[in-house]
Amino acid sequence: MTVMLEIKNLHATVDGREILNGINLTIRTGEVHAIMGPNGSGKSTLSYVLAGRDGYMPTQGSVTFLGRDLLALDPAERAAAGIFLGFQYPVEIPGISTMNFLRTALNAVRKARGEAELSAADFLKLVREKAKTLDMDPEMLKRSVNVGFSGGEKKRNEMLQMAMLQPRLAILDETDSGLDIDALKVVSHGINALRGPERSLLMITHYQRLLDYVVPDVVHVLAKGRIVKTGGKELALELEREGYAPYVGEAA
Amino acid sequence: MTAANPHETLEQITGDYKYGFVTDIESELAPKGLNEDIIRFISAKKGEPAWLLDWRLKAYRIWLKMTEPSWAKVSYPDIDFQDIHYYAAPKTGKDGPKSLDEVDPELLATYEKLGIPLKERGILAGVAVDAVFDSVSVATTFKDKLQEAGVIFSSISEAVKEHPELVKKYLGSVVPYSDNFYATLNSAVFTDGTFVYVPKGVRCPMELSTYFRINEAKTGQFERTLIIADEGAYVSYLEGCTAPMRDENQLHAAVVELIALDDAEIKYSTVQNWYPGDKQGRGGIYNFVTKRGACRGRRSKISWTQVETGSAITWKYPSCILQGDHSVGEFYSVAVTNNYQQADTGTKMIHIGRNTRSTIVSKGISAGRGQNTYRGLVRMLSGAEGARNHTQCDSLLIGDACGAHTVPYIEVKNPTAQVEHEATTSKISDDQLFYCRQRGLSAEEAVALIVNGFCKDVMLHLPMEFAVEAQKLLGVSLEGSVG
Ligand SMILES: Nc1ncnc2c1ncn2[C@@H]1O[C@H](COP(=O)(O)OP(=O)(O)O)[C@@H](O)[C@H]1O
Ligand SMILES: [Mg+2]
Repeated sequence: MTVMLEIKNLHATVDGREILNGINLTIRTGEVHAIMGPNGSGKSTLSYVLAGRDGYMPTQGSVTFLGRDLLALDPAERAAAGIFLGFQYPVEIPGISTMNFLRTALNAVRKARGEAELSAADFLKLVREKAKTLDMDPEMLKRSVNVGFSGGEKKRNEMLQMAMLQPRLAILDETDSGLDIDALKVVSHGINALRGPERSLLMITHYQRLLDYVVPDVVHVLAKGRIVKTGGKELALELEREGYAPYVGEAA
Repeated sequence: MTAANPHETLEQITGDYKYGFVTDIESELAPKGLNEDIIRFISAKKGEPAWLLDWRLKAYRIWLKMTEPSWAKVSYPDIDFQDIHYYAAPKTGKDGPKSLDEVDPELLATYEKLGIPLKERGILAGVAVDAVFDSVSVATTFKDKLQEAGVIFSSISEAVKEHPELVKKYLGSVVPYSDNFYATLNSAVFTDGTFVYVPKGVRCPMELSTYFRINEAKTGQFERTLIIADEGAYVSYLEGCTAPMRDENQLHAAVVELIALDDAEIKYSTVQNWYPGDKQGRGGIYNFVTKRGACRGRRSKISWTQVETGSAITWKYPSCILQGDHSVGEFYSVAVTNNYQQADTGTKMIHIGRNTRSTIVSKGISAGRGQNTYRGLVRMLSGAEGARNHTQCDSLLIGDACGAHTVPYIEVKNPTAQVEHEATTSKISDDQLFYCRQRGLSAEEAVALIVNGFCKDVMLHLPMEFAVEAQKLLGVSLEGSVG
């Protein structure tokens, strides 16, 4: 298996404060990794640094994505290269229908990838099909992006965007939080549908619940901005039983 | 001059503002300055009847005693009204072109470049256009087709000759020649503009539009538009405007009068894209405009929709006088100020008749060092039994150096009248920008998308033919506002 993402000794600051201090992580094509860790350990920060958010400043180390220097690209270029971030708190865009947003995003990414824009008819067909697999009411697509959506609807909408954009590496930040068990199953189904030999997943989660449905190949514990332990899927169960206390101490 | 690819050439010449080129055409200019002789000159050029010259001169004598208004939240150096040419017209044969075939090819090419082909086919096949170039109307399309429906659509100069009774009856009946400093100036020196009359019971079969273009340096454009919808008539009209990029400021002081009789409806849309000046605030158009509609008839309706992205300074308050019982006034506005642009814009809704209703939706977007003021008056007079107004006034800020201001005036003299006013101010959030960029949009595409969402409630009132163009224009006007 080829390497998809290689993070070497990554340090990053937010507001001048060092939040990530020396992350090393290698994700191969087709693998599913989970990052777990206590609140405030830097999980979302890592996802933002990988996606190129302003204000999340890498200060040391390197990130290589499919052979390219990821940190040199702007956020849109990273999206076109195949990075997708499923947001912990999806953002509202009043006045722009979900449908319009999806189409604008898909066409922007396709254009950057040198592909032709989808015709209106093909786009509609595709989006309806994907919405169906996520158990989403097509009426929802007419509503403004995430405006007035329930927590579960917002997360489904993230999964719909992922399904449309077909990323190479999806980073999913607490996609499971705020979901009831039925919604969790639907969302997990959406994630599993994306799994394949060409794609990789990095799931950020606080609880192992999601990992019952989307079984990871590798589990990491992030504490105080550093990966303090790496193991197989059984590590998630261990964390569930014993909590993060031992790791928080260890990293300090 | 015919360029192989006019659009490419345009961008090379003008950079950000795509309409900033100058057409090299021989013009006839009035000498600079303003006095009674100049007014006589303009009137003679147009072959006007004596009553109209008198009307102009009366306006001029009143104007001499007026002072420029200073209450708007805009600042600019004093305008030297003697340093302006009040008349500029492309040189033509004796009487001007009789048909499109006779229009100077250079002018046709200019409008082609501006995306307003003066051909009765192609992308704007459903839209009749009156093209006003500096002080004169150079072409009007689809006249014959409109005539069949009984609709008069012509330049105002022509209407003065062909339909003097209509012009005499309605000119100045909504905006009197003594109305305000700029409207009075306009009354004295107006050169051209559009005239529309839709007879009783006629639904105008196509969109009408005027495209205003300032070309000459050191000129002002003073156009006058008069639209009358007789009983039960309907018309939708749109105006667009552009000007070359110049370091000096140029004055545009227009007057628009609308009259809607019983059960008539006028929908008036503006996409204003005058040259806004450069990034340092040099140059640009002073857009000081008086627009007012009278809902004279019962159940009549006047709806203003404006997308104001250009001009160094915008000063305009398209208003409705709701005289007829059950008449309806609407004002939907998007105003963008970027770099050093200033806009003080809004509306006046004057409720006179019973059960009159008005709706105001204003969206102000400020970026760079732009200053954006909404100024609106809602007046319910004592006879306005059961009248209602709803005002929604939203401001969006991009960056920290710009400003948004809301100045509502509310006067209610009838206890049964209801007035509602809501106002919000928000910023484009980093969260929204990052979310869009993560989905593959560039920073500029992200701003354009978010701003279009913010303006949706206004944009959906634009005629379809122009909505897409206006959406793009919003994006272009805000280029460079983030990142
Ligand atoms: N935008 C921000 N400004 C200031 N501090 C931040 C910001 N984002 C995150 N932090 C800080 O960085 C640390 C890690 O936060 P975060 O990455 O959100 O952790 P997690 O996702 O693991 O809960 C916290 O101490 C948080 O307060
Ligand atoms: Mg987090």
